[in-house]
Amino acid sequence: NPFAGLVSHLRASWLSGKTRPMEYRIAQLEALGHFLDDKKQQILEATASDLGKPPFEAELSEILLCKNEGGETLNNLSYWMKDEQAMQLDSAWGGKDPYGVVLIIAPWNYPIQLFLVPLIGAIAAGNCVVIKPSEVSKKTERLVAEALPIYLDKGGGAVVTGGVQETTRLLENKGGYIFFTGTSPVGRIVMTAAAGGVTPVTLELGGKNPCYVSGGGDVTNVARRVVWGRFFNAGGTCIAPDYLLCTVEMQEKLLPALHKAIDGFYGPNPQEWGGFGRIVSDKQFQRVQRLLGGGRVAIGGQTNEAERYIAPTVLVDVQPSDPIMQEEIFGPILPIVIIANMDEAIDFINSQERPLAVYAFSSDDKTHVPPSCPGGVVNQVLKRTSSGGFCGNDTLMHVTLTSLPFGGIGNSGLGMHHGKFSFDTFSHRRGCLKRGMGREPLNGPRYPPYSQQKFGVIRATSKVTRKNDCTLL
Amino acid sequence: NPYAGLVSHLRASWLSGKTRPMEYRVAQLEALGRFLDEKKQEILEATELDMGKPSFEAFFTEILQCKNELNVTLGGLCHWMKDEHVDKNLVMQLDSAFIRKDPGGVVLIIAPWNYPIQLFLVPLIGAIAAGNCAIIKPSEISKNTEGGVAETLSCYLDNRTFSVSLRGGFAVVTGGVPETTSLLENKFDYIFFTGTSRSPPVGRIVMTAAAKHLTPVTLELGGKNPCYVSDTCDVTNVARRVVWGRFFNAGQTCIAPDYLLCTVEMQDKLMPALREAITEFFGPNPRESPDFGRIVSDKHFRRIRALGGGGRVAIGGQTDEAERYIAPTVLADVLPSDPAMQEEIFGPILPIVVIANMDEAIDFINARPRPLAIYAFSFPHLPFPCPSQVVNQVLERTSSGGFCGNDTLMHFTLTSLPFGGIGNSGLGKYHGKFTFDTFSHHRGCLHRNMGLETLNTPRYPPYTQQKLGLLTTTFEVKRRGTCTLL
Repeated sequence: NPFAGLVSHLRASWLSGKTRPMEYRIAQLEALGHFLDDKKQQILEATASDLGKPPFEAELSEILLCKNEGGETLNNLSYWMKDEQAMQLDSAWGGKDPYGVVLIIAPWNYPIQLFLVPLIGAIAAGNCVVIKPSEVSKKTERLVAEALPIYLDKGGGAVVTGGVQETTRLLENKGGYIFFTGTSPVGRIVMTAAAGGVTPVTLELGGKNPCYVSGGGDVTNVARRVVWGRFFNAGGTCIAPDYLLCTVEMQEKLLPALHKAIDGFYGPNPQEWGGFGRIVSDKQFQRVQRLLGGGRVAIGGQTNEAERYIAPTVLVDVQPSDPIMQEEIFGPILPIVIIANMDEAIDFINSQERPLAVYAFSSDDKTHVPPSCPGGVVNQVLKRTSSGGFCGNDTLMHVTLTSLPFGGIGNSGLGMHHGKFSFDTFSHRRGCLKRGMGREPLNGPRYPPYSQQKFGVIRATSKVTRKNDCTLL
Repeated sequence: NPYAGLVSHLRASWLSGKTRPMEYRVAQLEALGRFLDEKKQEILEATELDMGKPSFEAFFTEILQCKNELNVTLGGLCHWMKDEHVDKNLVMQLDSAFIRKDPGGVVLIIAPWNYPIQLFLVPLIGAIAAGNCAIIKPSEISKNTEGGVAETLSCYLDNRTFSVSLRGGFAVVTGGVPETTSLLENKFDYIFFTGTSRSPPVGRIVMTAAAKHLTPVTLELGGKNPCYVSDTCDVTNVARRVVWGRFFNAGQTCIAPDYLLCTVEMQDKLMPALREAITEFFGPNPRESPDFGRIVSDKHFRRIRALGGGGRVAIGGQTDEAERYIAPTVLADVLPSDPAMQEEIFGPILPIVVIANMDEAIDFINARPRPLAIYAFSFPHLPFPCPSQVVNQVLERTSSGGFCGNDTLMHFTLTSLPFGGIGNSGLGKYHGKFTFDTFSHHRGCLHRNMGLETLNTPRYPPYTQQKLGLLTTTFEVKRRGTCTLL
């Protein structure tokens, strides 16, 4: 077990208590902020090299979003760390203990954000951390391995590089917490390994995120919001709208609007312009390219293997049995699947694995809600489906709020993070009670020899009565 | 897969949405309350047959504590179910951002034999409150209780069959290891398991089965819960509180103090006090006391009896295989290598391990797998409620599921405290609102306006520095002035 030494060194560090004082945690979190500031240019260059990530996008997702999480955490850390008093008893509380040594395994698509945001939570909760960045985004991996340890305290964290074999060995170490972001099949492997040590896990996986567009209204904004979400990072986003569901009439209206939005965003030749990403590897390129078989290319469709470029593409006449509907696309292709109405759309969504996100667009407002649809289309879709998260009338934006929990359900994952939820994920809530040694007569009724009278006293003193009924929702 | 049909019926039931309205959940929870009231006598009798559980204890743990959880849940349910609206940024001021509490779907609750009603019913309360359907798998070891639950619970919970494909939200499944293994092959949306940390490591087996379907789990396991008694102690009260916690339910409690840590001087002071407490509680011959339980099975009887080798029997030590009786026993001068220190005892034996001082006690605790509970006793020099240094030190320098200073078991009785293990002693937590949260999926939701498109333009390509500047300004979370340090 090549990492046993490293893990036990970190465990000793954790047991020593050095990662627990608030000052230590703040120092580490501020160091992470400096890392982002000092190394910004290198991060933009590495991600541009690894996956053609436009610097604008990298600055948003790898720098700004991470700094927000750091800022939110630093602003609130002392409140989050406080023991939570239980009811009126001032000697009973829920404490927040670190788990110990946390392992964070990150993927390649947002290679800084997807280890750094969990890292913020793990440090804030007082843990030591092993960071395993993705070997697929090679330049970023090297940058993280070389630069991050300079900012983090050696006793508090370490970066481990490597591929599948190294990750497998890392997973042999027991105890602590495992935070994994990646695909569902690997998620299963990680959780099985975690089960060997009964180690708690958070798995941020993925799925096919449906995007239902209901009839009526102006499609221009719908098209812009959908195009933005689908083609950001060349489609390599776990919460990207994966496929559209709409009626054939809506498809007729949408296609020109989608075309116009794509032209407006990426210009007539997206390959030439620096604002559209590339596929991260040959293997991924070939996988995504194969998904073009089936359906009909309505927009885009061009590819260039040397550059790992796939044009922003929209497919129509897509059947549920087509290749593109068999797996998460994770590329710049948007298939449109025709349904007859909202009920059919909801049934279709519910017949699939539960996704990381469900999107629904509807132009009905409070004055024009169809009577058959209480609360409106968006509320109906929300209520009658189950997913990690949900956004009505936009895509991706729900994850920019640090106050919303981010996580999957079913095949799309388990656990949640962002903001305080990251802190909570990496904290063990320890129920604590401190009693006085005196006042022993109060304990008398619970001791044998048992009697009816004693029981009466116990019942009277420990019974919880039902409070007044809540007003029904 | 003999349970595939049942599971898919329950999934259809969940997908139909019938378990979601608050009225349905309230009706099921109230039915559970009636089950506890109307079947109280049967529950007391069954648990007495299964492990000689004294009625007083059974009433407290199987009826009263469950009713408390019910009342807390019924009182809080409408608040817990509500969408939680959250802080928004500048751009989203006119949007709606909230956390929606969705049920997981179909959950599996596997319960053990030692508190055979409570340990399925309290999780079930949370599962129902969160809108799920549930399969309950009580323990086959507590045979009489298992039979009672299988026959009667269905009369209270909705288990109607409406049609070939549509049924009520709940079912009880009985059986042993083969049945549980078959059950676990199915895909559940949550698995809640309470059981042993000893060999075979069933918690690991359950989580491995869950991993195949990416099913989230809560595992309430166990461990060796240390009980450190410092030198500055009033031994009479310490002895009574420790004896109570250790010998309740004849020691078959996951949070019982498993072993004592103290100096050799304290061991000498404690012994007569322990003896006196045992006699006070159970009389000179505990075998004749109606208030002392029995071991649940022959297999466990033999297992526990074997743990008595090693150390010196200072109190008790008598056993009777026919009755599965093991006297309240205290072992002195126990070594870490002795049998009693190799596994969770889960029986009425209290070993005392001698250490030199508090630091040694803390090191001893930290060298071992993290337990479900840690206990520390210290008589404070200052009047209560000023905290004692010793208790605080042990609390801060160890890690465990839960903690209680100057008593045993009592932290478990507060529905407002989270209850769960860490490391080998388990993962996840429940009781009170924590159970509801365990069985809910917290769904982050944003509902935006279709208009106000100009607010969105800065994020769209073609990308410019100016747009980036605008986005930074509107989205940035600024660092507030530093908090006062704790």
